[in-house]
Amino acid sequence: MEPILDVKNLTMDFGGIRALDHLSLQIKPGEIVALIGPNGAGKTTFFNCITGIYKPTKGDLLLNPPGKKTKKLNGLKPNKVTEQGLARTFQNIRLFPNMTVLENVMIGRHCRTKSKIFGAIFRDPRTKKEEKEIVEQSLEILKKINLDKMADEYAKNLPYGAQRRLEIARALATEPIVLLLDEPAAGMNPQETQELDELITKIRDEGLAILLIEHDMKLVMNISDHIFVVDYGKKIAEGSPEEIGKNPDVIKAYLGEDI
Amino acid sequence: MDYFIELFFSGLTRGSIYALIALGYTMVYGIIGLINFAHGEIYMIGAFTALIVSTVLTIYGFPLLAVIVLTALAAVIWAASYGYTIERLAYRPLRSAPRLSPLISAIGMSIFLQNYVLLAQTSDFQPFPALIPEFDFMEPYAHIVGSSDLAILVVSAIVMILLTFMIKFTRTGKAMRATAQDRKMAMLVGINVDNVISITFITGSALAAIGGLLIASHIGQINFYIGFIAGIKAFTAAVLGGIGSIPGAVLGSFILGLTEAFATGYVSSDYEDVFAFSLLVLILIFKPAGLLGKATVEKV
Amino acid sequence: MLSFKDFRNGLMVTLWFVFLTFPLLVIKINPIEKSVVWRWHNMLYVACGTFVFYVLSRLYLARKKEQQQKIKTGIVEDKVAWSAKLFSEPKFYIPIAVAGCLFALAFPTLFSTYQVNIMITALMYVVLGLGLNIVVGVAGLLDLGYVAFYAVGAYAYALLNMHFGLGFWTVLPIGGLLGALFGILLGFPVLRLRGDYLAIVTLGFGEIIRLILENWGEFSQGPSGISNIARPGLFGIDLSLEMSINFMYYLTILMVIFTIFVVNRLQDSRIGRAWFALREDEIACQAMGIDKMKTKLTAFALGATWAGMAGVMFAAKTTFVNPASFTFLESAIILCIVVLGGMGSIPGVIVGALVLILLPEYLRAFSDYRMLVFGAILVIMMIFRPQGIISTVRRTYSLKD
Ligand SMILES: Nc1ncnc2c1ncn2[C@@H]1O[C@H](COP(=O)(O)OP(=O)(O)OP(=O)(O)O)[C@@H](O)[C@H]1O
Ligand SMILES: [Mg+2]
Repeated sequence: MEPILDVKNLTMDFGGIRALDHLSLQIKPGEIVALIGPNGAGKTTFFNCITGIYKPTKGDLLLNPPGKKTKKLNGLKPNKVTEQGLARTFQNIRLFPNMTVLENVMIGRHCRTKSKIFGAIFRDPRTKKEEKEIVEQSLEILKKINLDKMADEYAKNLPYGAQRRLEIARALATEPIVLLLDEPAAGMNPQETQELDELITKIRDEGLAILLIEHDMKLVMNISDHIFVVDYGKKIAEGSPEEIGKNPDVIKAYLGEDI
Repeated sequence: MDYFIELFFSGLTRGSIYALIALGYTMVYGIIGLINFAHGEIYMIGAFTALIVSTVLTIYGFPLLAVIVLTALAAVIWAASYGYTIERLAYRPLRSAPRLSPLISAIGMSIFLQNYVLLAQTSDFQPFPALIPEFDFMEPYAHIVGSSDLAILVVSAIVMILLTFMIKFTRTGKAMRATAQDRKMAMLVGINVDNVISITFITGSALAAIGGLLIASHIGQINFYIGFIAGIKAFTAAVLGGIGSIPGAVLGSFILGLTEAFATGYVSSDYEDVFAFSLLVLILIFKPAGLLGKATVEKV
Repeated sequence: MLSFKDFRNGLMVTLWFVFLTFPLLVIKINPIEKSVVWRWHNMLYVACGTFVFYVLSRLYLARKKEQQQKIKTGIVEDKVAWSAKLFSEPKFYIPIAVAGCLFALAFPTLFSTYQVNIMITALMYVVLGLGLNIVVGVAGLLDLGYVAFYAVGAYAYALLNMHFGLGFWTVLPIGGLLGALFGILLGFPVLRLRGDYLAIVTLGFGEIIRLILENWGEFSQGPSGISNIARPGLFGIDLSLEMSINFMYYLTILMVIFTIFVVNRLQDSRIGRAWFALREDEIACQAMGIDKMKTKLTAFALGATWAGMAGVMFAAKTTFVNPASFTFLESAIILCIVVLGGMGSIPGVIVGALVLILLPEYLRAFSDYRMLVFGAILVIMMIFRPQGIISTVRRTYSLKD
């Protein structure tokens, strides 16, 4: 099957440091793909490069939306990348702390809605309808991740695990075709991680492709269809969870960390 | 040709004064990432303290040499104390606040200090005594470069060399550079970051006070407002050179000083300030990292 | 509450400030007559003032900390401040708004022309404050050259009136458009910059505009300014001075209401949410598909539009403009209004403008200290109450409809 996201030879230099070195990665539709590697391997940098937040030194980013022409994402601004269908969460949570939970999700709807200043001032029927839809759809998403009870709470007042889930909700609101999750289980207790496992699987079953950075190996081994391992910005292995679990290079890279 | 040389020297003089102020901006920015809006006011306070102390000492009949030394000391001590206090009072409580908060606080501080001096002293221009004497050996060249120009150049050169020495070779200097590079890391390796920041403010303020003293004595008059324009110009110089970079600040200051001198000398002096402001706007738009600054990517 | 150590520290701080302020506050020289006056009483004031302020700020911070501790441990609920509550629940704010409107409408009949004039000034600052509030308060863009757009509007009316005889009503929208145009021209290159650079560039821009107005005499008549600008007309009726001032007053009221209406609707819209999110976290915002430049530019340009319109009104009110009305301090005053009132809060900005403009007018003794106090307000608010006197409360969307 044709990959939905095809990253070829992605390279990123910071001054003299090469954080990513000709890294290639493919995600097929409906797959959960994990990107793992030791601290500082370049995983987050990879996300930043494909979402347009950093400008990669080299490499190609191709998106194949189902039923549409292939899109090149190179050089697009982050908001354009999101419009094309790539949405992400952040490793160090970046919610809008002084907005409500619901508003956080409503911001996600921004790129799929249109009303302008004129509509905002005059509140014509179209704008009103759009606003109503934004609220409804956002509540719908909040229900899915079990945060609808907290809709009017300020984002900063949520417990840590809930903030991580809210980030996912906000990303979902942009109607992505590929969802990028940067360490979604970090700081969660076993029960929360279990719920997250179910949530990610549910999102996949709805047809999204998911790229997951995660240090929790149990979660990774449990839900991924395919795993890429990076170290020092280079790909050192890829394969199914079983293959990766047995790969001596991976074990060496992780020496000292339990796998 | 004489005119050209005269302009050249006046450009250098301006440049060294800008440099003395710009260093404070750049050091503070390098360490805490704040545009210390009140820095121009420190320079003004340095000049005012010098005026007050020198006048009092002259009235009480001190000899000229004693007046010069004590005045310089007083200007430096008080300006440094103001710098230290401002940081403690207006910036330190806001270290972890949103980025705009310390900036707004700095603007408030600047307005406050201007009006404090205005109310405590006067809004009029005050004549400033010529503390720098006319050197006899300069007489043949007096038509192109004055004694005070020379004094300014020499004093600023010495001060800048001392500063470079301090930053390069002393423990404090190393701690400063470490803090500028990565504050958290510096804290982890046991550097007292609070102290380093205070020392940065003190050093920057002392430099500005020397600048204030020199220029006031050179021009011969001051008022409460001189810090505002000089501050923005010095900031322009710091940005031109690449904010955060010490050699950059000096380079930027001389470029700004020289261009200003030639532009006002050959073109028109009406738009002197417009020129500096436009330069600021243009650099920030086209080369925000400055001449010697490094463009960095914000870590996400 | 306060320990012995606090008092000892208080004494140290007092001594420090006595030392710090000694040359500037105690010694007063006259360099021409070569005489010195020693003002020892000032030292006493500084000592007392510092000590009292130190103790008060200690108490305040201790209380705040205690409160936060309680909220953290769940002893008390994090309650919405009474001031915020007052303006977020209709049953409170509607009566206030109605009473305020009635008073505002009756104002010219109750007070002298002199008072009305002062009130017009205050209301203009309300408009300016609300305009800047979009830029600084809502979108988080620190614009220190706001007064430049105000000047654009004022000179637009002055010049168009002088050269082409255009009237107030024609120029009002033109002034707004010109403000927007300048806002876009400046904003386009500048809004890419980081927040603090933006502040300094806008400050530079503001000064450039003022210096041009001052030096380009053929265009602007230089520092002496332009006088005899027509007051706003009312269907060609000849108005007496008093009546035209009253008319101006009602116009300003209308403008205030119009501004509140627009700003309120904008804040509560898709665009308004994007502005607010941008202020919270630019990178997350972009990652959520918001076009940073476009969103910032609309906020910046809208703010400038309001400044432009306010400028036209200013020229019409004073019938005279000169560059001295458009210094950096003016921008600082408007910023202070927004910061004191509460960034992003409409009632806050209104209260802020009225307090900061009316108080110095009525407390004449205090008016010399005006700018000193404004500067201090900016610092003190940032440290003790960054949300302003009336903080914003985010709107909630009820699930019923
Ligand atoms: N903006 C930047 N400027 C300079 N260096 C950077 C920047 N961003 C990342 N790096 C460097 O790139 C390397 C990879 O960092 P990255 O954050 O991608 O690691 P990671 O795999 O996500 O690690 P972790 O598991 O700890 O999150 C690190 O050495 C980091 O210091
Ligand atoms: Mg990471």
